[in-house]
Amino acid sequence: MSSPRSSTSSNPPENGASLIPNERVPSRSNTNPALQERQQIPRELSRNPVDQDELEDEEELKYGAAHVIKLFVPVSLCMMVVVATISSVTYYTQKGIYLVYTPFHEDSPDTGTKVWNAVANAAILLGVIVVMTVFLIMLYKYRCYKIIHGWLIMSSLMLLFIFAYLYLGEVLRTYNIPLDYISLLFIMWNFGVVGMIAIHWKAPLHLQQAYLIFVAALMALVFIKYLPEWTTWVVLGVISIWDLVAVLSPRGPLRILVETAQSRNEPLFPALIYSSTVAYMAVMATDQSSTSNSTSNNETAANGPRSPTDGGFTPAWNQEAEQRTEARRHRVQAAAAEAPRAAPQPQPVTEEIDDDEEERGIKLGLGDFIFYSVLVGKASSYGDWNTTIACFVAILIGLCLTLLLLAIFRKALPALPISITFGLVFYFATSKLVAPFADSLTAQQVFI
Amino acid sequence: MALLEFFGCAFLAFGPPLAMFLLTIAKDPIRIIILIASAFFWLLSLLTSSLLWLVAVTLHSPIVVGVIFSVLFQELFRYLIYLLLRKAEVGLKKLTESDTAIITNKNILAYVSGLGFGIISGTFSLVNVLADATGPGTVGLHGDSNLFFLTSALLTLCFILLHTAWGVLFFHALDKKKYLALVWVVMSHLLVSLLTLMNSSQLYLATILPAYAVLVVTGLWAAGAAGASFTSLKKCLTSPPTTVQVRIED
Repeated sequence: MSSPRSSTSSNPPENGASLIPNERVPSRSNTNPALQERQQIPRELSRNPVDQDELEDEEELKYGAAHVIKLFVPVSLCMMVVVATISSVTYYTQKGIYLVYTPFHEDSPDTGTKVWNAVANAAILLGVIVVMTVFLIMLYKYRCYKIIHGWLIMSSLMLLFIFAYLYLGEVLRTYNIPLDYISLLFIMWNFGVVGMIAIHWKAPLHLQQAYLIFVAALMALVFIKYLPEWTTWVVLGVISIWDLVAVLSPRGPLRILVETAQSRNEPLFPALIYSSTVAYMAVMATDQSSTSNSTSNNETAANGPRSPTDGGFTPAWNQEAEQRTEARRHRVQAAAAEAPRAAPQPQPVTEEIDDDEEERGIKLGLGDFIFYSVLVGKASSYGDWNTTIACFVAILIGLCLTLLLLAIFRKALPALPISITFGLVFYFATSKLVAPFADSLTAQQVFI
Repeated sequence: MALLEFFGCAFLAFGPPLAMFLLTIAKDPIRIIILIASAFFWLLSLLTSSLLWLVAVTLHSPIVVGVIFSVLFQELFRYLIYLLLRKAEVGLKKLTESDTAIITNKNILAYVSGLGFGIISGTFSLVNVLADATGPGTVGLHGDSNLFFLTSALLTLCFILLHTAWGVLFFHALDKKKYLALVWVVMSHLLVSLLTLMNSSQLYLATILPAYAVLVVTGLWAAGAAGASFTSLKKCLTSPPTTVQVRIED
């Protein structure tokens, strides 16, 4: 949970004015050295004369809406997996075991005690996240890539094998389906290995996206199960504030991470980010890094009881990314010669002006997926579908607004604050205000 | 049985809207976004009316008060989204160069936002009922009508379609300053909503028949306002879609 989820980043082409800033990914290779380099060019330098800018803006707009939908679909899918699981598999709503980071279990019937328990839990969790984020940044800063990659691979391994195994077990139990261990072993092995390859190395885009969505859904389920009731809500609020700080404040850890990555001309942890286009190839500067960080943090935090599984899968990508990066570096050097390179930009904005860009995409940190799903899943765990749907619509609208802001500011933005605020407001408003009204209407079959 | 009833009611209420969504909206990202935005506006209107209802309940007011105010708030928010969409039109024009239909035909925006209102309102009225329909309980043991689910589904469908028609008519009325249509939208909405109050005394026919009659009238009016005619209908049904061939010169 941590930080990172910052999310939506887009690297808007400088010109793009659209809702969605996009990043243009070089078509053929993931690693496009050129891109990165360009990203570093300060925007102003790269700007063209105004008219051209405007033309490009318009062009961007056309693609904007399509990209919003490309994020809506995976976010909705992830939420659907979580909601379907929460409302059919009772295991994930049973309480009893909690993360070690949440030592206060809200057992007391007294509201005041529950509140301070929740706040204390959230504070501890946030502290863990902050510490892990800083730790990650230190590792990155001193180039301990092996450790980071190992960490990420371990977590993805645990998520794909252990948590997926537990999930499968609970689903089978719920639907009363017998399965022998041999088949189970066969299924799990194939699922896990394919997942590791898809996430960290390469796979068809849709397969990779499916794994990322599933992993985010699993992580969200873990949070829903292992966080005490009120703590979940406080954590959601606290995390979105942290997201805001980490991404936007001048000394925010995610921002530092991004800047470091940019100045080194390397992609951060591409694995922790969902991309509407070819994810692993994206060279992304800012967003990805921030997102990945956050994800990893989250993961770490989440693991508490079991294992540090959460974030893992993404990290693997890094390795891959490294290779790519190297290739990229070579190219970049070549490119650098021609392009005047500005001093590394402090901002996380990635801009690329590519001639050969073919695809533009928006990236959203997996952490964002996780927390959106936690909110919707938690809302659905109380059994009122109206609340669930209200939260869903509110989050999508929040995402839309974030993307709009992204188009305006064209730098990495935290994706949690607006959506989660809307989601929280609509959750409490719907469950406390609307539900009584809606229930009395439906009971009497009155339509409005 | 319960499961069959669930699917029957679900498809009865949401089948036609689903088809409309898939055929007319799903292909265009901008329409999807507008659909969700109008759903959000409807939610806001519901929230406002719930606040008011909360006050009304403490004053022991009957549910009629809540119904009247929520209808008025819905129309108010329909007006707000009308303002928003008209303001955003300039931006939309840039946005949709590839899809000129949305600009040249203003009714598309109206239709999409009306359907957005309808879908979310239909969902809110039916989804919890449907969730209970799968069992294990059953309706009608204590002398209640066992048509509860069926009538709920029918009325939900009626309201979704009504909202769509109201949306088109409402936007048209504001654009052309034909305030008669505007009055009709508000009054018929009020009328149909108040009619459904009779459901609690199980006078289902007295509710459903007038509601569908209003739907037919409003639908025809909206279609006429949007420029439909017998000839255009015939043309659309009989003539195959035209393909325009464009030659690319090199």
